[in-house]
Amino acid sequence: MSILVGRDTRLVVQGITGREGEFHARQMQEYGTNVVAGTTPGKGGRTALDGTVPVFDTVTDAVRETGANVSVIYVPSAGAPDAILEAVGSGIRTVFCITEGIPALDMLKVVEIVAAAGARLVGPNCPGATSPGRAKVGIIPGSIHREGRVGVVSRSGTLTYEAVQAMTDAGIGQSTCIGIGGDPIVGTTHLDVLRLFAEDPETDAIVLIGEIGGSAEEEAAGWAATHLADVPKVAFIAGRTAPEGKRMGHAGAIISGGSGTAAAKVAALEAAGFLVADSPTEIPTLLRRAGVH
Amino acid sequence: MKIQEADAKLLLRAQGLPVPPWTVARSASEARTAAATYLAHGASAVVVKAQVLVGGRGKAGGVKLARTADDAESVASAILGMSIKGITVRKVLVGPAAEIVQEFYLGAILDRASRRIVVMASAEGGVEIEEVAKRDPGAIHRETAHPFLGLADWQARRLAFAVGLGGVHLRTFVAIAKGLVTTMTTYDADLVEINPLAIVRETDADGNSLVKLLALDAKITLDDSALPRHPDLEALRDLGEEDPADVEARTHDLSFIRLDGTIGCMVNGAGLAMTTMDLVKRAGGEPANFLDIGGGARADKVAAAMRLILEDRKVQAILVNIFGGITRGDEVAKGLIEARSQQHREVPMVVRIVGTNADEAQRLLREARFETAATLDEAAEKAVAAARAVGGAA
Repeated sequence: MSILVGRDTRLVVQGITGREGEFHARQMQEYGTNVVAGTTPGKGGRTALDGTVPVFDTVTDAVRETGANVSVIYVPSAGAPDAILEAVGSGIRTVFCITEGIPALDMLKVVEIVAAAGARLVGPNCPGATSPGRAKVGIIPGSIHREGRVGVVSRSGTLTYEAVQAMTDAGIGQSTCIGIGGDPIVGTTHLDVLRLFAEDPETDAIVLIGEIGGSAEEEAAGWAATHLADVPKVAFIAGRTAPEGKRMGHAGAIISGGSGTAAAKVAALEAAGFLVADSPTEIPTLLRRAGVH
Repeated sequence: MKIQEADAKLLLRAQGLPVPPWTVARSASEARTAAATYLAHGASAVVVKAQVLVGGRGKAGGVKLARTADDAESVASAILGMSIKGITVRKVLVGPAAEIVQEFYLGAILDRASRRIVVMASAEGGVEIEEVAKRDPGAIHRETAHPFLGLADWQARRLAFAVGLGGVHLRTFVAIAKGLVTTMTTYDADLVEINPLAIVRETDADGNSLVKLLALDAKITLDDSALPRHPDLEALRDLGEEDPADVEARTHDLSFIRLDGTIGCMVNGAGLAMTTMDLVKRAGGEPANFLDIGGGARADKVAAAMRLILEDRKVQAILVNIFGGITRGDEVAKGLIEARSQQHREVPMVVRIVGTNADEAQRLLREARFETAATLDEAAEKAVAAARAVGGAA
């Protein structure tokens, strides 16, 4: 099973002829992801990845010709909101937006339309998702994974890699790893992902990685306390030393008015039955302690 | 990006919101001239306010009243050059002092949880809204703006009645509340705050007294991601108030925040950069900065990042932590070697590079005799130990 991406994923890469798009499309294909199409307006009729992937002008064409059912977006920030709307408007139900630097107020409108269409957006400014051994969509290095039964959800990119690598080194595999993105307005929250993991028969344990800012981790913790009560849960929160009022790189990572602190998030997670690690390298140990074998 | 009160008022005025007149003065004599003009036109006093991007200027003595032009000059001369939370005041705003009848709070924020713009109003104006939220959350009234329609009239009316502005000020309040949301969407702000929004008493030329609603203070924060499409707003950036290191970081597209510690950190990725700082602290040290070199950083960017870290004289050791994904480890290693060859002072460095092209990076670092570490925890411990050794020798 796994969630969001898997063996039944038929991926269209929006922006496949760009530098980033082409590089990552190749990485995804080499990992085993079924990359069925790419789009770049005006470049329809060409092929990408050494002739293996047809390029279309529109996502509508890509869906009609290839049966694409998941999209990943690598177009620059000025065009990315439109690319998300194009995917959703063309019938794609699962959209990953890797692009960073999209204005937050644009995203308010985009998430509204995505929700009305009944589609799911992951990101923007996210590393994507990998279901080890099945498919990877986004930019997460394939080499860090191992097949298994722990679901990982995180706001970050490289911090997620760090945690996943530590798990893999310790022999603990993953069902799906998802980076939801570090922007203030994202399509999919920690809580949304926990709901998906809760319904996935192949996910037996949860790793939640968060950071300062907002209250998404607290909301996820509150839900997990009742709905994932018997599931082993481990968490890590970045930003314990972050000063108030400064944006720590991610547009969403800011402590304001005393809210969004790491301490508050750690307390909420512990109260909900999560074992909270002091370092990403402790995550495997805590998973074992929580009953993961 | 934060902008100064005077610039925020400019944006509010452009959206048709009622803002009292003001003049920005950079010297005491400019403040005197401005004050004299307002006093000659009927103001009984003027207010002189420090223009700084940090809160708490009132408590710090950065806001003063003056009844004469002489007063205004001496008050301005005291405020100009004063330090508020480490920021030197270079400008003051001078305007007619308002006779305040009652103060309110009105603000619009980007609410992450509801993914909406939320407008908040309170009858407790003039104090920080966070304090009101803690002391009496029920005193803050909220309305959620629609992403396409903005704030509806009925929502603005509901706020007005909730804070007790249902009478003669109703129509003005509705216009101001809706204007707040329009200001936010027009300029891609993530915060627009009027605190206080005040009922003020004014006397017209015939000696008749009248009351009206005015935005006496304004605070706007702009979304950095949207600045490329607002070049006119980018021009409002107050470079005089910025740390030169911030300006330098921005030109190299580095995400950099200076802190108080002694361990310089260079990391790829914001979450990992915060984690690296946390682990430095856990190992008994204090981070000197947050620095995210971003994805796909090449050698020249790494070298620029290293210069930024070394400009901070407090730095006694440097920790480099790279998890290669898009970023290639060998590129970072080359950048580090280049940066060290140009380095003017000897600072111990601990480097940990894993992921894409890490083997090549290890070979380069070994040949250049860099101290390396296998894990993040080990790297943090080595960096803290190195800083202690330097600190002890000093």
